[in-house]
Amino acid sequence: MASLTINGTVHEVDAEPDTPLLWVIREQVGLTGTKYGCGIAQCGACTVHIDGVATRSCSLPLSAVTPEQKIVTIEGLSPDTSHPLQKAWLELDVPQCGYCQSGQIMAAAALLQANPNPSDEDIAAEMTNICRCGTYNRIKAAIKLAAAQSRG
Amino acid sequence: MTAALDVSRRTFLVTSAAAAGGLALGFNLPFNGGEALAQTSPEINAWVVVRPDETVVVRVGRVEMGQGTLTGLAQLVAEELECDWDKVTTEYPTPGQNVARSRVWGNFQTAGSRGIRDSHDYMRKGGAAARQMLIQAAADGWGVPASECSVAKGVVTHGPTGRTTTYGKVADAASKLEPPKDVQLKDPKDWTIAGKPVKRLDTAEKLNGSQIYSIDVQRPGMLNAAIKACPVFGGKLKSFDAAQVEGMPGVRKVVSVGDNAVAVVADTWWRAKTALDALPIEWDEGPNARLSSESIAEMLKEGLTAEQTFVGNQAGDVKAAIAGAAKTVEAVYGFPYQHHATMEPMNATALWTNDRCEVWTATQNAEAALATAASAAGLPVGQCEVYRLNLGGGFGRRATSHDFVRQAVLIAKQMPGTPIKMIWSREEDMLHGYYHPVTQAKLVGALDADGNLTGLHMRISGQSILATINPQGLQNGRDPATFQGLNPSGTEGVLGYTIPNLLIDHAMRNPPVPPGFWRGVNNNQNALYLECFMDELAHAAGKDPLEFRRRLLVNHPKHLAVLNAVAEKAGWGTPAPQGVHRGLAQHMGYGSYVAACAEVSVDESGKLKIHRIVAATDCGHAVNPQQIEAQIEGSFAYGLTALLHGEITLKDGKVEQENFDTYPIMRMDEMPAVESIVMPSGDFWGGVGEPTIFVAAPAVLNAIYAATGKRIRSGPLANADLRRA
Ligand code: FES
Ligand code: FES
Repeated sequence: MASLTINGTVHEVDAEPDTPLLWVIREQVGLTGTKYGCGIAQCGACTVHIDGVATRSCSLPLSAVTPEQKIVTIEGLSPDTSHPLQKAWLELDVPQCGYCQSGQIMAAAALLQANPNPSDEDIAAEMTNICRCGTYNRIKAAIKLAAAQSRG
Repeated sequence: MTAALDVSRRTFLVTSAAAAGGLALGFNLPFNGGEALAQTSPEINAWVVVRPDETVVVRVGRVEMGQGTLTGLAQLVAEELECDWDKVTTEYPTPGQNVARSRVWGNFQTAGSRGIRDSHDYMRKGGAAARQMLIQAAADGWGVPASECSVAKGVVTHGPTGRTTTYGKVADAASKLEPPKDVQLKDPKDWTIAGKPVKRLDTAEKLNGSQIYSIDVQRPGMLNAAIKACPVFGGKLKSFDAAQVEGMPGVRKVVSVGDNAVAVVADTWWRAKTALDALPIEWDEGPNARLSSESIAEMLKEGLTAEQTFVGNQAGDVKAAIAGAAKTVEAVYGFPYQHHATMEPMNATALWTNDRCEVWTATQNAEAALATAASAAGLPVGQCEVYRLNLGGGFGRRATSHDFVRQAVLIAKQMPGTPIKMIWSREEDMLHGYYHPVTQAKLVGALDADGNLTGLHMRISGQSILATINPQGLQNGRDPATFQGLNPSGTEGVLGYTIPNLLIDHAMRNPPVPPGFWRGVNNNQNALYLECFMDELAHAAGKDPLEFRRRLLVNHPKHLAVLNAVAEKAGWGTPAPQGVHRGLAQHMGYGSYVAACAEVSVDESGKLKIHRIVAATDCGHAVNPQQIEAQIEGSFAYGLTALLHGEITLKDGKVEQENFDTYPIMRMDEMPAVESIVMPSGDFWGGVGEPTIFVAAPAVLNAIYAATGKRIRSGPLANADLRRA
């Protein structure tokens, strides 16, 4: 049994220590908003925050996470879909199939946390998640919109 | 209401109550594959349900896989229904219900950019008929003629007295009325909901993790399966040593699946996959064990000069024109295999018992999924059902084959009564695709002394999709889809150029690699071959590529109009920014006319930057312009991924690329700015999900030539040296 703090709740999980955090979150904890895309840290669909840092959870074993570390998944980003990025995503109708979008939003949230006023180049350099539907231009616009609205 | 209708409605209520977990889209309630929701709201007709709280539920046979199809169809129904758009939601009927009701919802297939253009008529009529019935019910309630009543936003008003009521209040009475025989549809120029850039209905759930995809389905008592099929195409499963993994954590069973695959069933998918990776498996690799990209290329090369071909388009005497030309130009092009790489890998959940089989999955054609499930289950279709979930990407893969449904059912059949969720790893997904087919083309053009194009021979050699996937679609062995966008006539994809002596023919060469419908299908390479070669011809003739095309397009004003639109907006003929070069392309496919002008630069080291692409589409009617713009961007990302990086290669009968590290997908840093011109000319219905993909790659290649003097005739660009020639 291992103990994880996810979205402010402590979960006792029964999984082998080498199980990727992604699958613990999806299967043992039952939060399926975090997606599987590649399993090798290439696509970013599995992005969560660990102590505020965007992390590709498919490539992090359960044993590497301590009970004290704060894991936030897309379900915990805001209580009511009110994070500035979620509002901007809605405003600009960003998602197409939507499958990559949990990871995109989590990656963008960490980006804005570190750099509240990113340039186009900053965004393109930091946002390396794959979107097979090609929503990149709207993602970029939504990040800038959220940044502008957060500045007020 | 007739007795027959009564019966069918009751049947529907019963089946939908049983199925409601999969029926409701779950915009309000997260779908958990859970228990049935009571279906008590009145059904006005097959398309429209109005709930007492005024919610209007539009039922859609097509499926949402990212292209905004659900929203577009709901807009069309709501437009005719005159309901309040803010109260509209959608749901999927199941294919079993469609069968039980004589296919009242029409074709479920969502492919070929047909989601809207092939269903707008019956869906608009469904909305209009429901409106008439709801107004009639209100009039009946007041004892007044319906002609004295009007409706706006779901509120019915009796003109002479000013009394009002709402759709929600009269829905029950309306549901008991005889449907009207004739309905009048609005003139699209009077549209207020359709044709407008309204927001999609399915966005909120995609922002907080609450949208349930097929891969997220949970069923009571469910187990998970990981699967491996023989990596060599056509190979079989020889043996496996289950004893080696049966004691591993969570493992319940190791089963063979058909004659070519083995699966491990465990309590979680990760444990199933871990055991599968440890399972000793022996394959019988069969006759294709030596197949390679090189052997396939040789096979296609032979076809470039073969005598026996299928003809797609012919005029005059091309041989004589080439023989008598002042100048000839010749080039050979190629287009490698591509993988769909939907972000959500293939998966399905199946529950099998002696007398029933149920499947939850993401499919572009739920009726085909149902047929596959029934045949794998060994049960009549009437004892099977498929529940649809929104797709984490389709792009044709989930229309081409339901191999994943078959596998899930075959596993579930070996564990009766236990729901089994089978998920492909990304590696499994990459190795068992239905790939965009491989072709080569040899083009020969004849120019007269004034640089006019007098003859063109385009020989395509390569794989037919229909020959493998749907042989009944062949016409005396000829695959008509090979000639997408090159046809002499029709409404799907007409060649825009008038060339006096013309031959476009196909030497069919079918390597044993499963081909599939991949966004844009054969238009991708046909547009690339022809539009790049047109550029070659223009340069050989010493003419401006725009002027050269314009002269040849005089008989096809719609083709010409989109080309002119991009040229004008991009500033063709005016200087580009320092170091930036332009390229053009136009094409027609899936009923729409598209063109692009790309702007690129290539630095000293040969590094390419695509700065901007101006795109135009004439899709006849534009149901949701902002979604069309999203599709233009999305299709460009898909098409440019193939151009920049996409290549599936084979060695020893296997696909060599197993994940995104070796099959890279374009990321944000490579995405150009896209400027869209949506210019619907109004008298036809063309597709929007695919058509613009055709022109992105040739426009970029032509711009690269302008920048570097290098003609790249086969992708991906990752293999090319772009330093200035
Ligand atoms: S699933 Fe983790 S990066 Fe792709
Ligand atoms: S929205 Fe479909 S993969 Fe990004």
